[in-house]
Amino acid sequence: MRPDDRRYSATHEWARPEQGTYVVGVSDFAVEQLGDLTYLKLPPVGRKVRGGESFGEIESVKAVSELYAPVAGTIVEVNAAAPDALELVRQDPFGTGWLLRIRPEAGDGGFGKLLTAQEYGETLETH
Amino acid sequence: MLAAIGVGGVADLFAAVPERVRLREAPDLPPGVPEPEMLRELRALAARNRPILDRPCFLGGGMYRHAIPAAVDALQGRLEFVTAYTPYQPEASQGTLGAFFEFQTMICELTGMEVANASMYDGASAFAEGCLLATSATGRRRVLVSRGVHPHARAALRTATAHAGIEVEEVTLAGGSTVLPRSIPTDAACLALQNPNFLGAIEEVAPLCEAAHGGGALGVVSVNPIALGLLASPGECGADVAVGEGQPLGVPPNYGGPSFGFFAARQEFIRRMPGRIVGETVDRDGKRGYVLTFQTREQHIRREKATSNICTNNALMALRGAIYLASLGPRGLREVASACATTAHAAAERIFAIPGYAPLLEGPFFHEFAVRCARGVERVRAALAAAGIAGGIPLARFHPEYPDALLFAFTEANTPEEVDLLVETLRRVQ
Amino acid sequence: MNKDLSIFERSRSGRRGFDPPRPAFPAREGASLFPPRCLRRTPPALPEVHELDLVRHYVLLSKKNTSIADSFYPLGSCTMKYNPVANEVAAAMPGFAWLHPFQEDAEAQGLLEVLKRLERSLAALTGLPAVTLHPAAGAQGELTALLVARAFLDDRGERDRRTVLIPDSAHGTNPASVAMAGMEPLPVRSGPDGLVDLADLRGKLGRGTALLMITNPNTLGLFEDRILEIADLLHRAGAFLYMDGANFNAIVGVTRPGDFGVDLMHLNLHKTMSTPHGGGGPGAGPIAVRAEFAPYLPLPRVLEKDGRYSLEWDSPKSIGMLRGFLGNSGVLLRAYAYLRRYGGDGVRSIAEHAVLNANYLRVRIREGWHVPYDRICMHEFVATNRRIKETGIRTLDVAKRLIDLGHHPPTVYFPLIVPEALMIEPTETESKETLDAFAADMLQIAREAQENPDLLREAPVTTPVRRLDEVRAVRQPRLRFPCANSAVVVRRDSPAAPANP
Repeated sequence: MRPDDRRYSATHEWARPEQGTYVVGVSDFAVEQLGDLTYLKLPPVGRKVRGGESFGEIESVKAVSELYAPVAGTIVEVNAAAPDALELVRQDPFGTGWLLRIRPEAGDGGFGKLLTAQEYGETLETH
Repeated sequence: MLAAIGVGGVADLFAAVPERVRLREAPDLPPGVPEPEMLRELRALAARNRPILDRPCFLGGGMYRHAIPAAVDALQGRLEFVTAYTPYQPEASQGTLGAFFEFQTMICELTGMEVANASMYDGASAFAEGCLLATSATGRRRVLVSRGVHPHARAALRTATAHAGIEVEEVTLAGGSTVLPRSIPTDAACLALQNPNFLGAIEEVAPLCEAAHGGGALGVVSVNPIALGLLASPGECGADVAVGEGQPLGVPPNYGGPSFGFFAARQEFIRRMPGRIVGETVDRDGKRGYVLTFQTREQHIRREKATSNICTNNALMALRGAIYLASLGPRGLREVASACATTAHAAAERIFAIPGYAPLLEGPFFHEFAVRCARGVERVRAALAAAGIAGGIPLARFHPEYPDALLFAFTEANTPEEVDLLVETLRRVQ
Repeated sequence: MNKDLSIFERSRSGRRGFDPPRPAFPAREGASLFPPRCLRRTPPALPEVHELDLVRHYVLLSKKNTSIADSFYPLGSCTMKYNPVANEVAAAMPGFAWLHPFQEDAEAQGLLEVLKRLERSLAALTGLPAVTLHPAAGAQGELTALLVARAFLDDRGERDRRTVLIPDSAHGTNPASVAMAGMEPLPVRSGPDGLVDLADLRGKLGRGTALLMITNPNTLGLFEDRILEIADLLHRAGAFLYMDGANFNAIVGVTRPGDFGVDLMHLNLHKTMSTPHGGGGPGAGPIAVRAEFAPYLPLPRVLEKDGRYSLEWDSPKSIGMLRGFLGNSGVLLRAYAYLRRYGGDGVRSIAEHAVLNANYLRVRIREGWHVPYDRICMHEFVATNRRIKETGIRTLDVAKRLIDLGHHPPTVYFPLIVPEALMIEPTETESKETLDAFAADMLQIAREAQENPDLLREAPVTTPVRRLDEVRAVRQPRLRFPCANSAVVVRRDSPAAPANP
């Protein structure tokens, strides 16, 4: 079961509220689809992103997937260890494999419009 | 076979082609001929050309007549190399992949750069792609390009950048060499130059790269690979991207193609490089093998976001380059470079001793230099042609500011008799 | 005897494989010719081998390749047909190969005549009168045509037409070329029949549309049978129809793109015209266009007047050059030699046999494999692993097992719209016996997937190496041999301003 302390985007990212910010990562489904990861590109701290805006890329040998911000705001922290320890993302995408932390500019940054774990799971079944 | 498919005739296989656009008559080409007739016709056509292999030739301008080891033709001509395609299935393509890996190594050694790809179409397109890499790496939209860069490379750059929101700004020459810019604009992605440049002059590559770096721009340097047997490598001069025309490395001039381009860069730009890159890895048993790698840069995966649209490259010509370099080795390459330079300098001394011929430029050159002809460019060219000599190139076609200059190139393939004939012919021009 | 050494491991200091000509003049020291700061400090660590070592090394390498010369090579969309050796002989004639591009036109009349004849032949085959031989390969041809179309539109004052529609089954080069031309790619869906979804096309067609880039037959091997309607839609919207000629092999001599509404197209001479693929090139990607686009074609152009040939280097509306010099003349010569043997009366047989072979193989293979678009195809068709899916065997495993059975695998995982695709193009030059043998092996693999799947998972085992670790190749990159006394300058400082995010 996917953790329900967070919400999901249709593009396979998740956001988890924590002390006025959102911790962001990719879903287990995205990681499985890509297979063995080879590369992760994360943005610099301080960059502002709109909801749905691309903030980075994740690659396997023969596929590349853009990463989209599930919520709008300012990037206040990135998981600097992740690009050099892709096994974290592969093995623990909901925990130690988190990618970045976003502080919303206004309101919830669009968090409320994201999918619940159950809703996200249902979108995958139609794949 | 038709019965197995379940159709009555071959025409039924083309039912999807709308009736009214099917050809009723054979296309308007001459009737076919058997192989011997085709070859006879082509031999007759070839005889109407005047090739440069066995007559005095001093043509350069980016392509040169060098001696080619017989082994290059024999080994490159192996049908196992000729009739394979891009090594998408690495287990079935270790020959091509192994040869590319070695080619990349040789290009890195020649240029002094950390990474190289498995070839580009030619020197001009490699140059344009080198400048595009600089724009993507720096996020800047202006390319400073020396007027000493080959005119075709500058033309290819203009075409490639015409609609990409990139400004190309030419840097002038003084005394035939690139003027050190007083300041680098804050939006400059690179300073791009050629060494030796199109006029034959040896550029001050290191200070130019340093100036580029001082303004936050990259140094993109196009080089003649034979010259690198003697001259400082782009890596030694601080370049960030090194490109060039590979034809001097064992490829006949082929009237301009196919040859190959080479492309090398600092390691940090690996994900921005165009084209195929081969890497070493291991198989399931731990045995060494080679694969295409960093493929997510490429068009077949990243589509419109790829680093370039290049798919097919000039692999077989690059294989010639690798076999050529392996034949010569470092000493052979140095000897070839030295013979080119020595012959050019000896010829220059003799030509400039003749009244009416003067050097266009005063600075150092490698194996190519421009001669001002007080007796008239057309007269000189007519005399050379009458003597059966190929070359020189009228510079005015590319640099109108030099209306009276001819460009001559010299290589290890020029005999003393050829140089004598050139000097004598020049002397006798009325 | 280790036959897997690299050329650098065969190297021994002091050896060499070739003596250059004796110097024409007494050698001088570099320092007497150039300022010392211009001189190389570290010599390149090139291999040092005797000629015999060199010959053995490259012969051994060549034996590690699978090629058309030794194996069936049904690589879809790449048209791996037999490359006649006579074409190699033609291109290697010194009268052609040893022409320098800066020679006067008068000294290259024979070659220029060949090139003009080839232009005319390609015009006759495509039904598009203006041809340039300049582009080095298909992708460069695509870019050339896009720039030509864009220049034409700009001249007409239609600067807002910048969108290029591309079916989702297209080659990756199409959107990549569109991006390089500074235009906007917009995907068009394929319908359930594998062809362009006309409703989707209509919806996306608008005042901003410059072109549709269509591959016909498409990458599923299907001819767009509503091509006349598609062309009409485009033209009525003021846009143009571009054809990616990668699959021209299927229709050459049968129909002409110019007759079915195509305005511009490129041809891959290394596909349809049999020029060899060379392990990845060189190719040639001429484009053929309607007459109104001719002034915009790249330079130089080959001109003919009263039997005299010349190159035109100056034309006000031309888009300029995309590469150095005229084009890949050596490749163009091979294509000419090929067409000279077929002639106008023979070219149709190329398409007929290619399509016959593909359909025969399709009906043989569907006995054991899922063929998603199982109807009359053109030069190629797509199969998938669906019927063996429950075994967990993937298309990649099938490809590797084919290698063990002596074939080069088809194109795999393309087109992207068919999951686990095997794209099979037998070409016209293969015999029925070869097709039967391949089909039998495919059917055997389908059985093996059920009965002995490890045979597939472990494949290949007959190759010089087994499956390679591609993840390691990216994560621990090793992109050159670590030579002793290397001349590579390793730098870890960053020269430039930080890149854009």
